[in-house]
Amino acid sequence: MDLSTTYLGLKLKNPVVPSASPLSQTVDGVKSMEDAGASAVVVYSLFEEQISHESGELDHYLSYGTESYAEATSYFPETEDYNMGPYEYLDHIANLKKACNIPIIGSLNGVSQGGWIQYAKSIQDAGADALELNIYYIPTDLNLTGSEIETMYIDTLTEIKKNLKIPVAVKLSPFFSSMANMAKRLDHAGADGLVLFNRFYQPDFDLEKLEVVPNLVLSTNWEMRLPLRWISILYGKIKASLAATSGIHSHQDVIKIMMAGGDVAMVCSELLMNGINRIPQIIDGMKTWMEENEYESIEQMKGSMSQKAVAEPAAFERANYMKTLQSFKILP
Amino acid sequence: MDRKKITIDGNEAAAYVGYHNSEVIAIYPITPSSGMGELSDAWAAQGEKNIWGTIPKVSELQSEGGASGAVHGALQSGALTTTFTASQGLLLMIPNMYKIAGELTPAVFHVSARSLAASALSIFGDHSDVMAARQTGFAMLASGSVQEVMDLASVAHRATLESRIPFLHFFDGFRSSHEVNKIEQLSVQDLKMMIDDSFVIEHRKRALSPDNPFIRGTAQNPDVFFQGRETVNRFYDAAPDVVQSAMDKLFEITGRQYHLFDYIGAPDAKRVVILMGSGAETAEETVNYMTERMEEKVGIIKVRLYRPFSKKHLLQALPKTVEKIAVLDRTKEPGSIGEPLYQDVVTALNEAMDNGEAEFAMPKVIGGRYGLSSKEFTPAMVKAVFDELKKDKPKNHFTVGINDDVTFTSLDFDPNFITEGDDVKCSMFYGLGADGTVGANKNSIKIIGEETENYAQGYFVYDSKKSGSTTVSHLRFGKSPIKSSYLIQSADFVGCHQFNLLEKFDVLEKVKEGGTFLLNSPYGKDEVWDKLPKSVQETIIDKKLNFYVIDGYDVAKKSGMGARINTIMQTCFFAISGILPKDEAIAQIKNAIKKTYGAKGEAIVKKNFEAVDHTLEHLVKIDVPSSVTSEFELPPIVSDKAPDYVKETLAMMMKGKGDDVPVSQMPIDGTFPSATTRWEKRNIALQVPEWDPEVCIQCGKCAMVCPHASIRIKAYDKKYTENVPETFKWTEAIGKEYDGLAYTIQVAVEDCTGCELCVEVCPAKNKRETGLKAINMVPQIPLREKERVNYDYFLDIPEFDRTQIKVNTIKGSQLLEPLFEYSGACSGCGETPYVKLVSQLFGDRAIIANATGCSSIYGGNLPTTPWAKNKEGRGPAWSNSLFEDNAEFGFGMRLSIDKQNEYAKELLVSLKDKIGVQLVESILAAEQKSEADIYEQRERVTELKSILEKIEGDEATNLKAIADYLVKKSVWIMGGDGWAYDIGYGGLDHVLAQGKNVNILVLDTEVYSNTGGQMSKATGLGAVAKFAAAGKPTGKKDLGMMAMSYGNVYVAQIAMGSNDTQTLRAILEAEAYDGPSLIIAYSHCIAHGINMAKGMDQQKLAVDSGYWPLYRYNPENIKEGKNPLKLDSKPPKIKLEDYIYTETRYKMLTKSHPAIAKELLKAAQETVVKKWKLYEQMANFDYSIAAKEKDEAN
Repeated sequence: MDLSTTYLGLKLKNPVVPSASPLSQTVDGVKSMEDAGASAVVVYSLFEEQISHESGELDHYLSYGTESYAEATSYFPETEDYNMGPYEYLDHIANLKKACNIPIIGSLNGVSQGGWIQYAKSIQDAGADALELNIYYIPTDLNLTGSEIETMYIDTLTEIKKNLKIPVAVKLSPFFSSMANMAKRLDHAGADGLVLFNRFYQPDFDLEKLEVVPNLVLSTNWEMRLPLRWISILYGKIKASLAATSGIHSHQDVIKIMMAGGDVAMVCSELLMNGINRIPQIIDGMKTWMEENEYESIEQMKGSMSQKAVAEPAAFERANYMKTLQSFKILP
Repeated sequence: MDRKKITIDGNEAAAYVGYHNSEVIAIYPITPSSGMGELSDAWAAQGEKNIWGTIPKVSELQSEGGASGAVHGALQSGALTTTFTASQGLLLMIPNMYKIAGELTPAVFHVSARSLAASALSIFGDHSDVMAARQTGFAMLASGSVQEVMDLASVAHRATLESRIPFLHFFDGFRSSHEVNKIEQLSVQDLKMMIDDSFVIEHRKRALSPDNPFIRGTAQNPDVFFQGRETVNRFYDAAPDVVQSAMDKLFEITGRQYHLFDYIGAPDAKRVVILMGSGAETAEETVNYMTERMEEKVGIIKVRLYRPFSKKHLLQALPKTVEKIAVLDRTKEPGSIGEPLYQDVVTALNEAMDNGEAEFAMPKVIGGRYGLSSKEFTPAMVKAVFDELKKDKPKNHFTVGINDDVTFTSLDFDPNFITEGDDVKCSMFYGLGADGTVGANKNSIKIIGEETENYAQGYFVYDSKKSGSTTVSHLRFGKSPIKSSYLIQSADFVGCHQFNLLEKFDVLEKVKEGGTFLLNSPYGKDEVWDKLPKSVQETIIDKKLNFYVIDGYDVAKKSGMGARINTIMQTCFFAISGILPKDEAIAQIKNAIKKTYGAKGEAIVKKNFEAVDHTLEHLVKIDVPSSVTSEFELPPIVSDKAPDYVKETLAMMMKGKGDDVPVSQMPIDGTFPSATTRWEKRNIALQVPEWDPEVCIQCGKCAMVCPHASIRIKAYDKKYTENVPETFKWTEAIGKEYDGLAYTIQVAVEDCTGCELCVEVCPAKNKRETGLKAINMVPQIPLREKERVNYDYFLDIPEFDRTQIKVNTIKGSQLLEPLFEYSGACSGCGETPYVKLVSQLFGDRAIIANATGCSSIYGGNLPTTPWAKNKEGRGPAWSNSLFEDNAEFGFGMRLSIDKQNEYAKELLVSLKDKIGVQLVESILAAEQKSEADIYEQRERVTELKSILEKIEGDEATNLKAIADYLVKKSVWIMGGDGWAYDIGYGGLDHVLAQGKNVNILVLDTEVYSNTGGQMSKATGLGAVAKFAAAGKPTGKKDLGMMAMSYGNVYVAQIAMGSNDTQTLRAILEAEAYDGPSLIIAYSHCIAHGINMAKGMDQQKLAVDSGYWPLYRYNPENIKEGKNPLKLDSKPPKIKLEDYIYTETRYKMLTKSHPAIAKELLKAAQETVVKKWKLYEQMANFDYSIAAKEKDEAN
């Protein structure tokens, strides 16, 4: 039975790829995911803000209060070299490459066309096999139009692609007026893959403290429906590879994504909740299901239930919505 | 050989030579020498090698006494060794200096000479310290400029090896140690050429070695000690020629010739001034002016080698025509016949005359004092000395630079005598510490000095406050080396980087006619003129100034620079001054930015570049109107209501005119009135807290954390709400004990520093807008006038009756009047909330011994001081002795109080019949445990005093003098961790062991904060500090545990930000405990690299991580069979990294030494866990068994 798949031009032994998470913060963590059967790993994200924030913070606090008082013209020793920026991250990538045989996908989380784009190249130079560009942006400015946002995405990708040899996947949010068009534009701008979709962590309120608090809720299975739909729609219509992320918890989920047309299915919450040994269980589950249902390979099932392939393409469109509503029955 | 020109300060010059000539460097921080140790430590950390190709070992000791001991040991073991120190530090080295010299051991001590504390401490420069070491047997070599510091340091290192006499190489603190100047750097090769390795080998051969054993350091008896001391004479006789030959060697290498005594002036001079140090540079400039332009027959002698004093070389240096000599000493020896250099010169000349060695008749010699504590020494003063020498009967034992209107020692001088030539461009910059002005100017000097042909000099004057401090930068540049070792007298350019400084200082006082004035102004081209004070407009018109304006803050904001306008103002200076072509200037500024910020990340460099690029388009030249339009006169410095001494003397200091205060206005013994900060309205906060009574829950936390006592609370009779000022706020007091009272939280907006601690700590949220609390930051200026009136009204409302307050609640304690207010501490200081709390609880009967450090500076630095008094005239009595002896100082206070109390009781008993048995017995029996008890005792003592008025005899008179000691006094010993853990630990430990009732408050910032963040034994494992650039590899000393081991010491570890009630209880219990108490208070600090507004949150994190467990160890509990140790905090609930990596002191190690940081974090986390377990076990010991056994035994 052939579980292999191709993602971003990388030949992978199976479609189960752990997505960016704290599990990849240590070499041991990644190594154990490899040993468990993961076919590639997306390393935790390097955040644009973190880089500029740390730099600004260090400068601020090292100079704060200096040259104000004759006895203490400074408060810290002069240090000529700081490992500012992504050095720790880059070292990590390099160490992962040394320790693992599976492809290592670096992840850069940012939003502007600032100097941080150079870090994409640094990640490549550190040995990453591919880069996942996570453009996580909450447009709160009332004057910013949708098309401006879209252009920003395209420009960022274009800028990064100019300097990179390794493939680049773009991790997107689903909140575009025209998701399909956006996918097409990114495809044309050179995206080697699209990762669908980013989960926006919504803040919560703390009623005791009357404060807005960050609140991480792990994904649930139903969240997979959104990528499932869009991968189905996009399959065969763009060149870029397709990855599903959010809500993938079981071998059935992976199989569904494959049938929709995905090249890989990314898992995260399931591993955080139930441990890395879920990887072999999912892979074994896939094998068993494929055996029982007489599938020979992933390639065979890939896209078999995409919009192009199904009997009723409208199932992915408005008609499906009407059906869904009508299918709801009030219990007696 | 074309040597590298560098622009550095004197400390760096000395450290550079000392470092490269040493193998072992033992250090301890003390202003102004700390920079030398810091640089050495940093170089060693960077792997910089000495002239023999090896990296010196740099080690911090616990005191200068310790450092000198380590130096002695290293020398005895054959290493080439140096140290750096000043002032009291040098005094602590004296015992070892005798030993080192007595054993003829080559060594060099580099000293940035500083005043010694006498009636007051001063960090500034003079020769009091080095003169106090002149008898040790060390040779003494004086440098007067940054170039000389480098050159003569090298001479000292050569000469000591050859002569075997140790050298004290000194230069003036601040004036030379901190002056930045362009000099020619001696290369490592040059330094190597200066050293003859054969003498190094000799030194090593003399070292202690078990392979060649001998003993050194014997004890001798009357039979031979004397003879032994005389053995060294020939080495001292030979030393002057050895030094001269070292100077000649330097000349061979560099072309710069020095002599033991250098004469400058007319070859046929009749009047000669002799002096040493930086003042000689000014004297040289003056003599050149007087001989060239005034054709005066004058000259000076610069003394280089002061010990051994070479009569021969002095005679050779003096012109044969000399008739009169004035010897200037930068020190004072009260009661002496004259200061040391004067006496040496007189003796030398007398001996020469006796022996017929001189080629001239005995000149008239007078001596005088100048420049104490960096008092300005200007050409006008030098000329005044020469003018005095002209007189038939010149004044001897004179002073110059001050107005001595008491003993009339001072010489008059003409301040308009100015020698600064047109070939030197002088620029002055007024700024705030916080705006980066000094840093930018240091950069500018480097650019001018290192990127142009010009010579450049910079000197920086800071005020004495740690928050909102103003800085004045003095920059000179020109084609020749700059010798002027005094502040700028006549400026071509004045930059005022803060608009409001126009109201505080006469910033244009020194500007030349036709000069340039650059103002950072929030007002644009069209409005700025009308916003200027009248006097400023007048000066601009009268002096025909070129007036430029920029809104630096606007440009900074647009470039993402926040409040840092340094780069912007620097760009303006270069653009206007024209010292470099515009494009080149911008390129150089950008280069400097890259050098300064490059390591910290591209983002910082980028925004600074943006600031440079945006600056020029916003810089505008103002068309100065021909007439004055402003009606705005400068406000008075202090209120009319201030006491006369404040108005007449302290106000002079406040407005920067302290130099004009005459001797008669200074106290004779260092005694100053309390409570003077209240008259210095600094108005430094841009934003201040505003109280919202509707939201307030009246918890009192805001007032408790306020470091500056700028938030006050009163509960009071409602009758005071009847005629309140228009915007005065009050509400109903909450709580049954305050039933029917009015309640006000009042902010002193003119005293607030805007730190925001109060807002951060406020627990009440506005239900309509959750971003708001019961206290919120708002702009200060719109509130200023109204709140001034409100605050005055508030202060006049009577205080709540102390005897009725529940002091063991936060709310109650905050109704107590703070008697420590508006100090000069940093905005958001973590120490002062504790200090203030002590002043609230016990201030009216407290006597305080304060170790030197931050707390002695914000507690006692002029012009105004924060220790206050209440309406009854009572308040903390405060004093500072030294850094190292504070526990003993406070212990002495306790002994004194106890003795006087005991004697008073004895007299009471003796006079019982005359006074009245009942009163005497009630006084003697008074327990004085509560505020009410103490109030009653005070009443009894008042009655006693009035009875004593009518009783005759010595006993009654004596009892009257000490009757106040019958009221309980509270002795507090306060200081920082540098004192308690390091330099003062021996004394602290001893005092704890004595069992006397003293209360020791350790304000633990975990570094030497006052001298700029050097490591102490309180520094946490893995923290970066000066002298621990690669992270402190060892754990924090557990001072509390050590004190607990005595068993009878009350010990508490507190952190107000984590548990304010525990803090309050601990302080109350400690004071109530009739024995020694030690309170270790976590004090967040600017040296931690944190957002100071979040200081209390950091304290909470420290406790939550288990790093700083809260506990109270009360020996009283043992008597009751209870465990004395009570843990007041919970087991660690967050990881250590979640605390420490929110602070730059730890976080920066992950950026500078990531691998070490990981290891140290691991070790630190393990330590926290282990220590917590240990404490937990200790707190769980069962003391009841021991108590039971004791009972049974009884």
